[in-house]
Amino acid sequence: MEEMKEAVLEYVIDEYVDEDDDIEVAFDTPLISSGIVDSFSMVSLKAFLERKYEVKLPDDEATPEAFDTVNSIVALVSKHTS
Amino acid sequence: MAYSDKTRRLFAGEIEAIKEKGLYKEKRFIWSPQDAEIEVEFPEGSSREKVLNFCANNYLGLSSHPDVIKAAHDGLEERGYGMSSVRFICGTQDIHRELQDKVSEFLGMEDTLLFPSCMDANAGVFEAILDAEDVIIADRLIHASLVDGIRLCSAGYDTFKHMDMKHLRKKLELHSDKRQRLIVTDGVFSMDGDLCPLDEMCDLADEYDAMVLVDDSHATGFIGKKGRGVHEHFNVIDRIDLITTTFGKALGGASGGCVSGRRELVELCRQKARPYLFSNSLAPVIVSATIRVIELLSQTTERRDKLEANTKYFREGITKAGLSVREGATPIVPVMLYNAKLANDMARDMYAEGIYVIGFFFPVVPAGAARIRVQLSAAHEKEHIDKCVAAFRKVGEKYGILGLDKKGIIEKYGT
Ligand SMILES: Cc1ncc(COP(=O)(O)O)c(C=O)c1O
Repeated sequence: MEEMKEAVLEYVIDEYVDEDDDIEVAFDTPLISSGIVDSFSMVSLKAFLERKYEVKLPDDEATPEAFDTVNSIVALVSKHTS
Repeated sequence: MAYSDKTRRLFAGEIEAIKEKGLYKEKRFIWSPQDAEIEVEFPEGSSREKVLNFCANNYLGLSSHPDVIKAAHDGLEERGYGMSSVRFICGTQDIHRELQDKVSEFLGMEDTLLFPSCMDANAGVFEAILDAEDVIIADRLIHASLVDGIRLCSAGYDTFKHMDMKHLRKKLELHSDKRQRLIVTDGVFSMDGDLCPLDEMCDLADEYDAMVLVDDSHATGFIGKKGRGVHEHFNVIDRIDLITTTFGKALGGASGGCVSGRRELVELCRQKARPYLFSNSLAPVIVSATIRVIELLSQTTERRDKLEANTKYFREGITKAGLSVREGATPIVPVMLYNAKLANDMARDMYAEGIYVIGFFFPVVPAGAARIRVQLSAAHEKEHIDKCVAAFRKVGEKYGILGLDKKGIIEKYGT
């Protein structure tokens, strides 16, 4: 679980944060509601999770709310891997 | 009664929530033709104010140009008022074909198809040409109408960081197993005034066998030495596969848009694009006037040259006045304020000074990047621009932000 959190956080920072943005992202930082990730760009995060953890996240569960923090993302993925 | 009090309260509550978030859009009324000087009623019911307009997309000042108005009159007299038909039934006149040919020639593309708007062109183009085996790779800050079009299409999609060609390369690599890749970008980004580096983008497209679509709505008519667009500016005219653009901004500003590009792709839009097939044809008045606009722009670059000079003059003036603007070479000049309330308050004070500009903040622009967007026009004279800069100096002074950089403004006002 901790490992997955670290991996997801690393992906989020790499994929969505620019080097010259001084934004700190932690496990509980709001991503979508704060505007760091917009709902259009969320798609690459979903694809990353599905590839890396070999899961299929149903569209009705992969909502902006479920994707709002690294913690909630990991909870969603865990539900489908276990 | 199906619209019960309960139902009414539900929707009224939603409107209240929009107001509480500070996202409510007030009504504003313009009593004059669109021009550099306009007469505005704002807020609704208040007395009319004569103000200088720095927030229209009237880049070339053609919205109320006498030649354009005359061409519209001619169109009305010679081809009537409305078509009462979609294009493919009985809604295509000779002048619709003439405009398509003129646009193809002006943009340097093989073929062109008119749409009721560029929003419609963007809504229809992706679904018409791609399917589930393909992938669309889009800049993260593309216009909302492209986002909608991409979502309507069965192809997969992915995004790359705004104008970040390294990130785009990564995404092209990731999707190298797809049948077709289509890179999608705005030529000029309407909120930042950034020019997409189409030369580098086309190099990547060649390397990874991808097509390129550019929405040049904020460029057609004035970017590039002859005003053909961002593809002219970067000297990649024959390397762009699709352009979508609007007649609703620089090209007279009435309405209408098009898809222009490779013959087969345009033909597929003619066969399959739903807004083309299921929405009414562009009115003859607009077609006739847009033809005249393109003729004017093909004869002389005078207007885009004046716009370029105005842009330079304003950018120099505003920088000297001590405001922080996003660097660039387009007539879209964001005066960066970072804080939403500050942007809103300053825009209101600018209006009181006789300058009509609008504050933009999240979610229209990224959080913490609030701004007042200034748009220059060839209709502006030097005095207009001087007045605008003077007003910014006065209002900026009042809020104590002159000479402050990003850090300074954020320290003072937060984001
Ligand atoms: C980049 C971009 N594309 C498309 C459009 C839509 O154009 P139209 O008004 O023709 O629907 C706009 C207008 O706001 C735009 O800025």
